[in-house]
Amino acid sequence: MDSNEDIYLSDNEEEITAEIVLKTLQSAWQNERLAPEILPHRSDMVECMLGQLQHMERNISKLPKTDLRASIHKMEISRIKFIICNYLKIRLNKIEKYCIPIIKDERQRTDSGTNYLTPSEYKYAQEYLLNMENHMKNVILNKVPGNMQSFDMNKMAEHPNLQTHVFLKAHETVNGVVLEDLVGEDEEIDLEEGSQHILQYKPIADLVKNGKVQLV
Amino acid sequence: MFAEKVIELLKETERNPETIDQFNDEKIRQILEEMQLLFKMNMNDANATMDNKALWTTVQVRHSALERNKRCLLAYLYNRMNKIKTLRWEFGSVLPLDVRELLADEEYDWFTKYSSNLATYMRSLGQDTGYNGIDLTENLKPPKSLYIEVLCVLDYGKLELEDGDVIMLKKNSRHFLPTTECQTLIRQGILKQIT
Repeated sequence: MDSNEDIYLSDNEEEITAEIVLKTLQSAWQNERLAPEILPHRSDMVECMLGQLQHMERNISKLPKTDLRASIHKMEISRIKFIICNYLKIRLNKIEKYCIPIIKDERQRTDSGTNYLTPSEYKYAQEYLLNMENHMKNVILNKVPGNMQSFDMNKMAEHPNLQTHVFLKAHETVNGVVLEDLVGEDEEIDLEEGSQHILQYKPIADLVKNGKVQLV
Repeated sequence: MFAEKVIELLKETERNPETIDQFNDEKIRQILEEMQLLFKMNMNDANATMDNKALWTTVQVRHSALERNKRCLLAYLYNRMNKIKTLRWEFGSVLPLDVRELLADEEYDWFTKYSSNLATYMRSLGQDTGYNGIDLTENLKPPKSLYIEVLCVLDYGKLELEDGDVIMLKKNSRHFLPTTECQTLIRQGILKQIT
């Protein structure tokens, strides 16, 4: 990092990046809040933003305490920090709630290199599940009659409701999204760029993950 | 009636969805006893069903009762685990004594493990950029302003702020503090926000 005195969020060659990073992070946060299932992690953005924050904090500390700019930038920092914390926390909540299916899917995804969780999130999920299993065994399962002591993962698993409806906005035109009908009559629709829709989450899950649509 | 006690247990939890109750040791013990009894009766009858097909239904009903009991007990436990998790986010890794007493020993063990797992995760955050982890339990609410006015409810003692200033928190004193630094104290009930 350079030692530029300019304390604005974006400084010299990172001028565009810092802004884009924040925007990407914001939309990742928004998607994560609204999607029923866990989305691919954006830890690259989080790391990058944290680095930027540290840089800003260093610059602010050079300013006198009473400087107006200092408090404005402090406010900005605490806003960004809130976004990061909230984003990570929502992910943790989802990991805890759906830990059994998430770990199962993640094992396959790790093999193919398209993991959704960061290594430490994955570790957290495994540890969480192990603790839950041990706890249930200690309190209840070891004390019930012999043939019922098993901890049945499939029965315990809680799955996200992918059938739920979401509001979304298309970033780019997507043609031929297939909406499945319970009766078996499939319907195909096109999403125009910039248009907004209410749809079931499942058919558009992949579009959310690759950034073609934004949940609102 | 089979599985009646377990329903009482669940109804008890239902009554206070927001708060955590005393762990109901006694009732769980009774339910487990009921299960053992049902199981024994079933074992006896299962051996006899070879000759007497009429017992089949009895065995099956008892078996469903057993399954139901197990399921409900786990649900009870799971529900409490979720509540204990909220406690971790509200109070931090140290529980106030009166809350601690509501948990069973095993539950407290679980709380400790959950807490340390969470701490490990939080420490791992942002390590590449030189941060020593981020405390996610701070910044729970969107920031509205940098400083807030707070009233001190208890005698707390000295508090050192990030910029090095030391202030004295005495009962009934008012302070104007950075929001980020007094969130935890507010949640612990030492400070009260007045604005």
